Amino acid sequence: MAFNYTLASARDALKKREISAVELVDAHLSAIERLDDRLNSFITRTPDQARQAAKQADEQLAKGEGGALCGIPLGIKDLFATENVRTTAASRILDNFIPPYESTVTANLKQAGAISLGKLNLDEFAMGSTNLTSAFGGVENPWKRKGSDARLVPGGSSGGSAAAVAAGLVLGATGTDTGGSIRQPASFCGITGVKPTYGRCSRFGTIAFASSLDQAGPMAQTVRDCAIMLEAMAGFDPKDSTSVNKDVPHYEAALDRGVKGLKVGIPKEYRIDNLPSEIAALWDNGIVWLKDAGAEIVDVSLPHTKYGLPTYYIAALAEASSNLARYDGVRYGERVSGKSLDELYEATRSAGFGDEVKRRILLGTHVLSSGYYDAYYLRAQKVRTLLRRDFLQAYEKVDVLLTPTAPSGAFAWDEKPTDPVQVYLNDVFTVPASLAGVPAMSVPAGLDSQGVPLGLQLIGRHFDEETLLAAGFVLEQAASFTHRPTLHAGVSA
Amino acid sequence: MSNYRITGNTGEWEIVVGMEVHAQVVSQSKLFSGASASYGGEPNSHVSLVDAGFPGMLPVLNEECVAQAVRTGLGLRAKINKFSRFDRKNYFYADLPTGYQISQFEHPIIGEGKVEIELPDGEVRVIGVTRLHLEQDAGKSIHDQDPTRSFIDLNRAGVALMEIVSEPDIRSPEEAGAYLRKLRQILRYLGTCDGNMEEGSMRADVNVSVRRPGEEGYRTRCEIKNLNSVRYVMQAIEIEAERQIDIWEEGGTIDQETRLFDHVKGETRSLRTKEDAHDYRYFPDPDLLPLELEQSWIDELKAHLPELPEDKRARLEKEYGVSRYESAVLTAEQSVADFYEEVAKGQDARLATNWILGDFFAALNRTGRSIENSPVSAQGLRELLGLISDSTINGKIAKEVLEDMVETGESAQAIVDRKGLKQVTDTGAIEKSIQEILDANADKVAEYKSGKEKLFGFFVGQTMKAMKGKANPALVNELLKKMLSA
Amino acid sequence: MSLDAKKVARIARLARIGLSDAEVETYRREMDGIIGWVDQLNEVDVTDVPPMIGSELASARLRKDEVTDGNRQEAVLSNAPEREGPFYTVPKVVE
Repeated sequence: MAFNYTLASARDALKKREISAVELVDAHLSAIERLDDRLNSFITRTPDQARQAAKQADEQLAKGEGGALCGIPLGIKDLFATENVRTTAASRILDNFIPPYESTVTANLKQAGAISLGKLNLDEFAMGSTNLTSAFGGVENPWKRKGSDARLVPGGSSGGSAAAVAAGLVLGATGTDTGGSIRQPASFCGITGVKPTYGRCSRFGTIAFASSLDQAGPMAQTVRDCAIMLEAMAGFDPKDSTSVNKDVPHYEAALDRGVKGLKVGIPKEYRIDNLPSEIAALWDNGIVWLKDAGAEIVDVSLPHTKYGLPTYYIAALAEASSNLARYDGVRYGERVSGKSLDELYEATRSAGFGDEVKRRILLGTHVLSSGYYDAYYLRAQKVRTLLRRDFLQAYEKVDVLLTPTAPSGAFAWDEKPTDPVQVYLNDVFTVPASLAGVPAMSVPAGLDSQGVPLGLQLIGRHFDEETLLAAGFVLEQAASFTHRPTLHAGVSA
Repeated sequence: MSNYRITGNTGEWEIVVGMEVHAQVVSQSKLFSGASASYGGEPNSHVSLVDAGFPGMLPVLNEECVAQAVRTGLGLRAKINKFSRFDRKNYFYADLPTGYQISQFEHPIIGEGKVEIELPDGEVRVIGVTRLHLEQDAGKSIHDQDPTRSFIDLNRAGVALMEIVSEPDIRSPEEAGAYLRKLRQILRYLGTCDGNMEEGSMRADVNVSVRRPGEEGYRTRCEIKNLNSVRYVMQAIEIEAERQIDIWEEGGTIDQETRLFDHVKGETRSLRTKEDAHDYRYFPDPDLLPLELEQSWIDELKAHLPELPEDKRARLEKEYGVSRYESAVLTAEQSVADFYEEVAKGQDARLATNWILGDFFAALNRTGRSIENSPVSAQGLRELLGLISDSTINGKIAKEVLEDMVETGESAQAIVDRKGLKQVTDTGAIEKSIQEILDANADKVAEYKSGKEKLFGFFVGQTMKAMKGKANPALVNELLKKMLSA
Repeated sequence: MSLDAKKVARIARLARIGLSDAEVETYRREMDGIIGWVDQLNEVDVTDVPPMIGSELASARLRKDEVTDGNRQEAVLSNAPEREGPFYTVPKVVE
């Protein structure tokens, strides 16, 4: 019973006192007990704090008080600093880091009454698209291929968030998206995820990967759930200089707008060579669904799309190499001693960071180094201007774009390519929107022939999350994606 | 052009110096965080989590620090760049919490400007300012508390600095000293830096090279870091120039490097760094957006800019008739100039100038006090000079009164009243006193009358002595002349 | 521009990541592959294109000059792997 709720229906049931926050939270905590030793979606569980918060939520609800998310059990990606709760970024280097502060996004959620059940697994420092780079072990995607028990990756970097939502362990989770880290795992796990416009959600207290790209967003079962969460998470924050001072609309109200008369762009460059036919077919379905709902379909061109990935990697890794310099074993985090300061740094960072993080720091250091800056970093930032212009020009003709979210469905742990470039290709459809700073979301749209979910991506105008959500809602209705993964809290073992 | 030359074994050399001055911005809070920017405090207490580089912490720019940089730019008659940007300078050091310093590399907030310096012989030289940019200070590593460890205090980390870079226009240690003093004076007038070199509010890096007089272009330079007094700057330049000259003359070459000045040993030495150690990998800080200034905001700052030293100097010369030399002394510190004007306004300005530059400064020196905590207030001194002007006391008595004022803190009037120092202007009393002197010195009167006119001074002195210094000197003179010629 | 081991070792030193010789070689190979792949950006004509700096969605925001933070010594030091009283400590730095 407790596991048939969406975030929105649970909210309504709580308000009507059909269920108590304590019941709801207890049910989810026991599901975590039951399933998560296997899924490994949590790095840190906080059941005691959650039960305590649930009691308080019930007191508020009994008085008819409480914020928009009062009593709702959520999971928090372990990239958001949470006061007095261990925050690791899935890295050994922050193994026992206890922040004396709270990120703005999680503070906003708390303020709205949400209850955190713990900190969710991710790729180390959000660097990856498989969740296999976590120092706390990979996450198992609750979905299975037909007739196979092979462990599939949940995608990444917000893999723990996606898996926990998909498995019904939480009603929603925070994610962060730098180049697809919300959308791609949402697609892999059959849930909905929104990457808002850059500047919409504060970055304060969220551990940085690439500052000019990082953006927090909601991950949940439905578009409505995401709309409710986003409204609570978003907002201007004077502590983040890149936060934009714009009112937060009532997103949930935008869902019923429909897409009648809306112009939906289909970027031809996303029809890449060797796009799996199932994904191409799903995309075509999406086009039909929107068209049937009254949208006008327009072919558009985003000519620099193919340069998105290399541009993204240069920009993101350059920033990351600098952002991660602070993990040096001096003020917090793990330290490996050394005879000299430099030895301490080298030993600490060598032991504290995993392979993928080291590779990215090294590459980022290289592209910024003397003699290479112009050829790599500066050039990439120029191409980024062109990529952004592509979107702005497209939005002169259309209101929203429709594309696949990822070039594949979830693959097995042992199918992860050994060539880093092949892994990076997972992000081919998601990075352009990140580079341009525009909002985008992934909506589950179907299953592939092996029974693994696939998502469709909508990309909107800067700060027009409302149109994005309205279009997403139409896709969701049309797709009527009601499948559940093999491993789910509501399925008895 | 400067004629400063160093004579080596093979002839004369000229020195070429450029300076980078780091001046701490006067502000309440740090450049990018709300922690206090004030000096001192318990270790690691003036520190926010932003300053300590905690994960997810973000910088937010302090408006006043930007205003202070613009004011300084205006004071240096420099170009104000309406577009500027913050970059990260990446390097690892124990007192640099984030692993990068936020600075302005490619687009500084202030462009070219100039500083006029005056040398002792009165020659005026213009030293070009290349740029001024805002950046963060680092924390402090303390090396002398433990045999094997250094201690880190981040109180300074993130405090706003202005780095003011000069052109290589400086040609002698004296010019370098004059430049630094002048810069300090301007910043203090503007209130943008307190110029306190002991507390490290101003530090200089100097770039030194040498060349033959008349030689085109520059030879390799060395940078001497972190000099915290005018004297050290001058010494370091001279010593470094001599070192370089020795090397050139022996047929060697100079390696471009960073050096430290050891004032105890009187030498500069290489700050040995590993090969490839520095590659700062500057790039625009993605946590901060480009800074764009409105002309109206700049105009507003300009309209409220304090009077600059040169302007004040010219005005004092015009309004109070002080000499070029006197105006320099009076405007060296704004507090002195303010004090002076308070005393001199509406008074006998010449009297005020002489007294301040003479007895008053002497009193400060004697008591080891500064103008800010002067034992005699401007109003007090003004009252004293008023008593001279209105002939209540004469100058000699006034000196005595000033000493008393310094000692007791009493007002001039009170001292005069208490000690009965009011000048005697009663003609009868003076005549009586003169007559007694003349009677007692009949021989000298005779000598005087026979032409030994120098004795006039003797009679004045005797009369003043008899009247305990309180007689009006002009009256004494007048009456003596009359009575001696009688 | 292909990467040699010396260059990778230098980068690792700049980034303060200690690597064994074998690791240097592994990273060299992988990084070389990635660099070769990003070199496709050279195809793009970027003449007169300004670099994208900032999000272009806002300009710098300035805060008032007020002391609003600090005086939280314990919070600042609470996660320190090594400290001595109110100080962080590191192996002695010799200048």
